[in-house]
Amino acid sequence: MRHTLAVLVENKYGVLSRVAGMFSRRGYNIDSLTVGVTDDPTISRMTIVVRGDDEVLEQVTKQLNKLIDVIRVTDLKSEDSVERELALIKVNSDVSNRSEIMQIADIFRARIIDVASKSMVIEVTGDESKIAAIEQLLRPFGIKEMVRTGKVALRRGQKSS
Amino acid sequence: MTESTEKMTGARALIECLYREGVDTIFGYPGGVLLPIYDELYDANIRHILVRHEQAAAHGAEGYARATGKTGVCLATSGPGATNLVTGIANAYMDSIPMVVFTGQVPSNLLGNDAFQEANITGITMPITKHNYLVQDANDLPRIIKEAFHIASTGRQGPVLIDLPKDITLQEIEFYYPDKVDLRGYKPTYQGNLQQIKKAASEIEISKCPVIYAGGGIISSDASKELLEFAEKIKAPVTTTLTGMGGFPAENPLFLGMPGMHGTKYANYAIQESDLLIAVGVRFDDRVTGKLKAFAANAKIIHIDIDPAEISKNIKVDIPIVGDAKWILQKLLKYASPSQSEAWIKRIDHWKKDNPLYYVEPATGDGIKPQYIVEQICEACKDAIIVTEVGQHQMWAAQYFKFSKPRTFITSGGLGTMGYGFPASIGAKVGRPDKVVFDIAGDGSFQMNSQELATAVQENVPVIVAIFNNGYLGMVRQWQELFHNKRYSSTCIQNSVDFVKLAEAYGALGLRATKREEVRPAIEQAIASGRPTVIDFIIECEENVSPMVPAGAAINEILDLERKE
Ligand SMILES: Cc1ncc(C[n+]2csc(CCOP(=O)(O)OP(=O)(O)O)c2C)c(N)n1
Ligand SMILES: [Mg+2]
Repeated sequence: MRHTLAVLVENKYGVLSRVAGMFSRRGYNIDSLTVGVTDDPTISRMTIVVRGDDEVLEQVTKQLNKLIDVIRVTDLKSEDSVERELALIKVNSDVSNRSEIMQIADIFRARIIDVASKSMVIEVTGDESKIAAIEQLLRPFGIKEMVRTGKVALRRGQKSS
Repeated sequence: MTESTEKMTGARALIECLYREGVDTIFGYPGGVLLPIYDELYDANIRHILVRHEQAAAHGAEGYARATGKTGVCLATSGPGATNLVTGIANAYMDSIPMVVFTGQVPSNLLGNDAFQEANITGITMPITKHNYLVQDANDLPRIIKEAFHIASTGRQGPVLIDLPKDITLQEIEFYYPDKVDLRGYKPTYQGNLQQIKKAASEIEISKCPVIYAGGGIISSDASKELLEFAEKIKAPVTTTLTGMGGFPAENPLFLGMPGMHGTKYANYAIQESDLLIAVGVRFDDRVTGKLKAFAANAKIIHIDIDPAEISKNIKVDIPIVGDAKWILQKLLKYASPSQSEAWIKRIDHWKKDNPLYYVEPATGDGIKPQYIVEQICEACKDAIIVTEVGQHQMWAAQYFKFSKPRTFITSGGLGTMGYGFPASIGAKVGRPDKVVFDIAGDGSFQMNSQELATAVQENVPVIVAIFNNGYLGMVRQWQELFHNKRYSSTCIQNSVDFVKLAEAYGALGLRATKREEVRPAIEQAIASGRPTVIDFIIECEENVSPMVPAGAAINEILDLERKE
């Protein structure tokens, strides 16, 4: 089972290593972790995707809460949150297949952000399955390089996390 | 509330903060980057105990904290000074003891440069502190110190480290000490959920075989009075863990002694047969539970703890109550009615009669059994503070001393640190000069910090080190005897040192007892001397700690190891 945690932390020196250290020390696996400052500059928000059953999730949440610099931890259930990830994909291309790749990008509402004589960089945003799908379609052309931001998520509706 | 401000250096501010936190004693060792702080300490109204190794500063501060209930404070220089504290910090972390640790650091502009005596101590201690700080601006120092003492001493207590780059201690600031702490990420729960408490009360009422399993949380929350009243009210027997010793009077008929690997048979039987296990301030350590799946398998479990992360960490709990043990026990006293334990108490009394802790006198007649020494210390000085090292002697101390008050048994439970006892006993004696303080030591453990004899003598701290000299790293030898065919690989340390001469070399009193009848006089002489004393008790060398649950077995599968001579 994978869980997405929204973790609000003090925007302070050393917070990332406290959080990362807790995970590795206790043997929990992080699938992805993103950090950025929030609308309040003293608070950063981490979005952490962890793998584990409910018991693991409970322990992870409690251990996170024990860290003094962690302000709040919320388990974001996919049914009531919006999730996005951004990927940049550099794919082999030349005049012969450029338009075909552009068509694929179009279908996914992805954008071409760099074109060179032998390659193109495509920017795509979406949930995991969408990124997996475009990756699969681009693979036959030869993916030279790919980078993903890891998931970010917000709760739907009025409530915040 | 605003306080008038005053200009001063970071080093001076540190001292001012310590005054405001009521710190009267610190354990430390100087070094280059600490010069500004030591200059301030020179005429500060704070007792500084100069140790001979920084590890002893950390253990000393911890012993002081455990004996007094106050937060212990220690100080060491950057680099090796700081890394020498690591074992002591880890020890305090494992046993949840409040401590504030100050380390010197290279000047801020050199940080990260592999400067002389630079060690990344905040990085190193991240997993073994409750929290730590690297001070980046002296103006933050008072707030940080205030927070550190708050964090160390509230919630689940523990060590907090503050790393002080030298330039910070020289920086001039306008001193202002905040009177409140506001940490949005740290709000420990003290009051337990009433719904849960009532649920627990109704389980107690219908229970026929209840057992209370209490630990170090009883001591830190000062809840031993409540525990006694509660146990007597609900008529439930009580077992206390190694760190919970003294939390319940050993003489009380409801007392079961210690559970687990070297616990009493009846404590283990009672847990295994119980229908309701009331766990208070414990963490279901593997030394207590043995094989987890078989632990209290038929019991409902109520778990009272201040740390939510302990709930269902090792074992699934039926009724968790997060909060302060004292507060929750007070409420439980109000809501709970007696359990239906008459038959159960009788059964337990039978177990006690049939399976007491025991030892046989040595065949040679006048040899010394270690258990006998513990009994004699107890008889000679019932309200002594007993500190221990780690090994067989530690278990004998826990088994045979009749503790009646909290904060009278100080031992390294979670980390099991050899070398802990002697410096911790110095800390305990400094904190409680009115008490007789014994370090029950092994001949191996004592040698891990015996240099602190110099501290005890120079600072005139009259602790009594009772060495249980078996010529072995006995606890390891016991395992080799049982599980490795008596192949005593690197555990024999016989005749390697003359402890009497060692004591004398440091200016302490050295005594030796080789026969049974010399035991009591040596104890009396040590107490009467009022000096730091080492007693070298030559004990039966292959005595085992009995009974014992082999690793991985269920705790009712407990073996009798006492040699029937
Ligand atoms: C610092 C440290 N190193 C190693 C150990 C492993 N260990 C546990 S008990 C023990 C033997 C202790 O010997 P001694 O102090 O003579 O006590 P005894 O068991 O003989 O009473 C050892 C080596 C430990 N607990 N701590
Ligand atoms: Mg020994």
